[in-house]
Parts: sequence; C-alpha cells; structure tokens
Amino acid sequence: MLRLTTGRVGSLLTRRVTAAVTTSSTRMASKEVSESVDMSQPMYWDRVDIPLPDRPYKDVLTDADKSLKQKEKGPWGQLTKEEKIALYRLTFCKTYPEMKQQTAEWKTVMGGIFFFLGFTGLVIWWQSVYVYPPRPRTFDDEWKSQQLKRMLDMRINPIQGFSAKWDYEKGQWK
Amino acid sequence: MSLPKPMMRGLLAKRLRFHLPIAFTLALTAAIAFKYTVTEPKKRAYADFYKQYDAVKEFNAMREAGIFESVQPTGK
Repeated sequence: MLRLTTGRVGSLLTRRVTAAVTTSSTRMASKEVSESVDMSQPMYWDRVDIPLPDRPYKDVLTDADKSLKQKEKGPWGQLTKEEKIALYRLTFCKTYPEMKQQTAEWKTVMGGIFFFLGFTGLVIWWQSVYVYPPRPRTFDDEWKSQQLKRMLDMRINPIQGFSAKWDYEKGQWK
Repeated sequence: MSLPKPMMRGLLAKRLRFHLPIAFTLALTAAIAFKYTVTEPKKRAYADFYKQYDAVKEFNAMREAGIFESVQPTGK
C-alpha cells in the first residue's frame, strides 16, 4: 500500500517531459517511482468507487494474451476457469477484496497524530515561558473575592440568576 | 426473468405523508414542553420576586455597600 502511494505521488509530482517519451502507457504497479506518466491519456486506477477504470490494466498484450482475447470473442462457455481468471487479470489489477484489504496505515496515522500533538505541547510550553505577558491581576484570589462581593452588592440577576442564590439575611449561599 | 416495475412517481409524497404528521406532533410537543418547563416557572419567579420587593430598601442596602458613584454611604 505504501509503495503504491509513493508511486502515485511520484507520478503526480513528475512533470511530463515530452510527448514522444510518454506515449507508451505506464503501469500503476511499476516499481520505478520517477517514471513520468502521460496524464492526457486514460489512466488505470484501483478504486472502490470506480468499478470500471478508464482503460484496462494491461494495454500491451503479449501474443499469448492476444490469442486469449481472440478466444474471448467466441462463446464464453468454452473458456476454462484459468483462462477466465487470466482474462480478468488482464483487465484489472486487483479484485475488490484485494483492494479493500485492511492495511496497517492507521498505526502510522495515529502515531503521526500523537507525535505532532506532543510537538505542539512543547511549542506551547516554550510560548508560556518566553511569549506570554505577565498574569493579569484580575486572576488573583483576593481580587476575585472582592469582585464577587461587588457583584452581590450590585444585586446582579437577583430573580433567577447570581444574587438569587445568595441569602442576604444570613450572609451565605442558599 | 421479469422483475416488477419499481415505483417511479410519488416518492416524495409518500415520504411526506408519513413524516409530516410526526414532525408536526414533535414540534408541537417541544413547544408545549418548553412552555411548561421554562416560561411558566420564569413568569412565576418574577411575579413572586416583585410581590415582596421594596425598591427603597434595596437601594439603601446597595448604597451602604458603596457601589454607587452619585451617592455615598450614610456616614461620609
């Protein structure tokens, strides 16, 4: 799966050099990562949501393949099981179960997520030491208690809210 | 092998016939529930508060607490 991804990324990143070089169709499963792909020609994709890609998997057929394709033009009852499978593999690279195979990619993803979360934590720690301004005085406990007393004196929300919960006769919370 | 012809028309109407009464009932229930759990208690709370409310007494208490800028607490 990883090899296929790098192949796709490589083929997407490399520029089309000349038309003459890229006329021959390149196979998606090829091992050369730096091969340039002619994007103006129909391409083959193994994707769950594209059951019939733009072109068959194998474009350049050997003589054996060509004779098999000729036989395919006749009644299909005469094809053996192996021939039918060979014809399928000419048109498609992977079957649906093969495409849907579970990979271990989630481990890489989760590892990457945790790694960058950790890195962000370090960045925030550095910020709290070198970037943050001094702590506002409104966060001190003394200031906060004075603020609370003033809110009660002003009768903030005396019906259903803040001051409604304070017992003014006893001087305590209800 | 002949399959029966599928439903071609009236699909939205069929869905609405089923879901619209349910939607209206649920919306009405939500409104009624809100009325009797939120608005009625709130109205009662306000009415009870203002039944025993003495504005002058409250003002004097606030004045003594020293929160006003236009009047000082009695004594200064």
